[in-house]
Amino acid sequence: MGEISLKLNGKLETKDVADNTLLIDFIREHVGLTGTHVGCDTSQCGACVIHLDGVSVKACTMLAKQAEGSEIVTIEGLADGDELHPMQQAFHENHGLQCGFCTPGMVMSAVEMVTKNKNISEDEIRKGLEGNICRCTGYHNIVQSVKAGAAKMGG
Amino acid sequence: MTEVTKIDGIGSSVRRTEDKKFLTGKGRYTDDINRPGQVQAYFLRSDVAHAEIKSIDTKAAQSAPGVVGVFTGSDIAADKVGGPICGWVVPCRDGSSTKEPPHPLLAQGKVRFVGDAVAVVVAETMEQAKSAAELIDVDYNELTPVVDFVNADEGAQIHEEVPNNCYFDWELGDESATNKAIESAAKVVKLSVRNNRLVPNAMEPRSALAEYDSLDESYTLHTTSQNPHLTRLVLAAFMFAIPESKLRVIAPDVGGGFGSKIYVYIEEAVCVWASKKIGRPVKWTADRTQAFLTDCHGRDHVNDVQLALDENNKIIGLRVDTVCNLGAYLSAFSVVVPTILHGTLLSGQYDIPAIYTNVKGMATNTVNVDAYRGAGRPEATYLLERTMETAAKEVGMDPAEFRRINFIPKDAFPYQTQVALQYDIGDYEPHLDKAMEMIDYSNFEKRRAEAAKRGMYRGIGMSSYIEACGLAPSAVVGALGGRVGQWESASVRVNPTGTISVFTGSHSHGQGHATTFAQIVADKLGIPMENVEVIHGDTDKTPFGMGSYGSRSLASGGSAISKAVDKIINKSKKIAAHLLEASEDDIDFKDGKFVVGGTDKEKAFGEIALAAYVPHNYPLETLEPGLEENAFYDPTNFVFPSGTHIAEVEIDPATGVVEVVDWAACDDFGNLVNPMIVEGQVHGGIAQGIGQALLEDAHYDENGQLLTASYMDYCMPRADDLPSFKVGYTNTPCTHNDLGVKGCGEAGAIASPPALINAVIDALSPLGVTDMSMPATPQKVWKAIQESQSVAAE
Repeated sequence: MGEISLKLNGKLETKDVADNTLLIDFIREHVGLTGTHVGCDTSQCGACVIHLDGVSVKACTMLAKQAEGSEIVTIEGLADGDELHPMQQAFHENHGLQCGFCTPGMVMSAVEMVTKNKNISEDEIRKGLEGNICRCTGYHNIVQSVKAGAAKMGG
Repeated sequence: MTEVTKIDGIGSSVRRTEDKKFLTGKGRYTDDINRPGQVQAYFLRSDVAHAEIKSIDTKAAQSAPGVVGVFTGSDIAADKVGGPICGWVVPCRDGSSTKEPPHPLLAQGKVRFVGDAVAVVVAETMEQAKSAAELIDVDYNELTPVVDFVNADEGAQIHEEVPNNCYFDWELGDESATNKAIESAAKVVKLSVRNNRLVPNAMEPRSALAEYDSLDESYTLHTTSQNPHLTRLVLAAFMFAIPESKLRVIAPDVGGGFGSKIYVYIEEAVCVWASKKIGRPVKWTADRTQAFLTDCHGRDHVNDVQLALDENNKIIGLRVDTVCNLGAYLSAFSVVVPTILHGTLLSGQYDIPAIYTNVKGMATNTVNVDAYRGAGRPEATYLLERTMETAAKEVGMDPAEFRRINFIPKDAFPYQTQVALQYDIGDYEPHLDKAMEMIDYSNFEKRRAEAAKRGMYRGIGMSSYIEACGLAPSAVVGALGGRVGQWESASVRVNPTGTISVFTGSHSHGQGHATTFAQIVADKLGIPMENVEVIHGDTDKTPFGMGSYGSRSLASGGSAISKAVDKIINKSKKIAAHLLEASEDDIDFKDGKFVVGGTDKEKAFGEIALAAYVPHNYPLETLEPGLEENAFYDPTNFVFPSGTHIAEVEIDPATGVVEVVDWAACDDFGNLVNPMIVEGQVHGGIAQGIGQALLEDAHYDENGQLLTASYMDYCMPRADDLPSFKVGYTNTPCTHNDLGVKGCGEAGAIASPPALINAVIDALSPLGVTDMSMPATPQKVWKAIQESQSVAAE
């Protein structure tokens, strides 16, 4: 057991957890933010993508201990109060989600991708989403959403 | 049908009301829910495919840290808890019925597939439960596993009750007429195809959280289900023998189903049982490996097809002999999928005077096989549309024209097929024409030639499919061996202020019912959609309903809502007539207002609602107060969506990689309530079909080990595997439901695999390639190219 402190959506969270606690379990079980999901056990599906110091990472694949002192943003921290982040809004307007389970990871991946590449092409979006699996949408509307989100984010 | 005039009414692409919670991380899936005092369940699963259990020693696990209980099959047997049941059986050719072996919640004496649950460990944490499970010692006497389902009749017997490992041997159609047609044919086209085994892979793994309340001796189960009421019925009536009222089943937000969350699985039942035994809430959530091993798989057929043609290339007969793999135990709908939902679709869009099919359902030491998006209809469409394309090429006709001359003509509806179904309506040439136009079919050869200059093989392939969905007329279901009704329910509650609460028996796990159903109600009542709330997924709140699968939610569930709203309008007219001192016959309802015909006297819908709940001026002597109506809608027929999908591919001979370069889908779903949602359903279905055709394959080795049990090994379609899709529609409204709707959820997955494989074969046809099995992986395609070239060199 050991104490871990990190900033989660702007709030300092300090928890006493087992040393082998994964970051995803720290977020879901210890802090109780369940918007970030677990869809596989091999770091493939991307339902658990969060931002760690501005970089999108799969929270199922790192220890909470490794995130000590970092600043983390999850899907719950993306909107500005009641106002959706432009990428969230774009997913809504373009029907970029169905069951919603992969959506948090998709949106977090998309935000980072577009932040790094404002004029992102369809091809780059498709390649950039390789680490996020969706079973519902066939990706068509996710790609449209990311394009629209990029435009809203100033691309 | 209501005119499409309002912004949020029927026919409008309203943005989904359910989106915001999912986009902000506030969705509430089963694993997101925790209860005070909760403990975790972990299932110890067999790592061998077929074995007798000589002994199980759980002593060390019992006393491991954090463990609160370890249970095996003998504990379940001691409490006389039943197992999952089969919801639909069929008669066999020899007059016997489907063989139904028991399926114990935890293995009793024998394990029958890798993943079969042997014991459950319940502990304070999942980590403790997993660690303790490692201390359980199971002594197996291994038996020869049966994996090859085609020859399963020669393998070791898996169940005492199932001789030759054959659950059923079923037939449909006129065998002698069909054989006669084949014998007298000018040409018989023969094809053998395999429909590869798939894993549904809803992104949310299955999960269950059960809690027992000792005060009123009742249970609450949160679970990942497509049909919470059926889950409650099966658990209460067939497993625990308790009144339904003592079990509340809640399917909260559910992250995709695709068929795999229809059935009651053993884990849910064990959690319910253990919650009472232990006296604390018990939770179980599958990891992805367990999902691969234990979720019901889909497809897994081989089909031998003979298509008889006359001298004018008209089809005169079709014979299909099928063997399918149903796995270790019979799952709820595993029998109906390859029989009723498969055999009855073999006429496709074609006028075929003689059809016969025989289906053998085999037991193997693999996990159960049951419905997966399309469920039987993709298998029927695949064999038929592959054969149609093969036949066209063999007789030297354009595949489109060959289909066209064999289509059921539009003036032939209602059309009685030779395989039981009667299609109420359809018109097939328009969607063929439109799809061809969308993909610029007439200029394809130019594109093929241009690709060839780049050293690429370009191909085009089509599939004209039909499906039967909107399950289903209950009397027909019963006559065909179904053990359930297939109506759907709705309760429409008008609140005193005129807002509406709609309670539906169907369940949304991605389909957007909260939006679509609200649109129907808003449209019919002429009120804003924001005033309508849709409630589903909780047996304590919603009327008994059959849930969502088989593209039934709108055709059956939407029709029930429509009927309940009609009752609301009828009662409201009576109230309005009283308030307006007019005859009920003189009251017109339009745009949310009740008007005395030819006058300016009117009452708004909200005023009627208030009067119903504050009945101070109200015809109490003839009319009950309140405004709430139920409807149970039992359809009079299936609905029959149809369409044509055309795929265009390019193949790189250096790698064998098939790139899907274009896709045109033109579907007839009848009237559309929310075209945006429908389009999303089509996209998702096509993607799953492309996955089946190019990428996905659940593969067991000869020992019954699932080699593709993770996303590292099972190739899921990703964004860069797929193109954008062109989607279009034609419309022949369904004749037998008020909304004129059919169903759109499965069409893409039904239509797309044969279109894509036909395109791959077409691309390689210059090399003499005439067949390709699914999935058409780069290796398989590359080998086909190499082999054809070496044949050419000889």
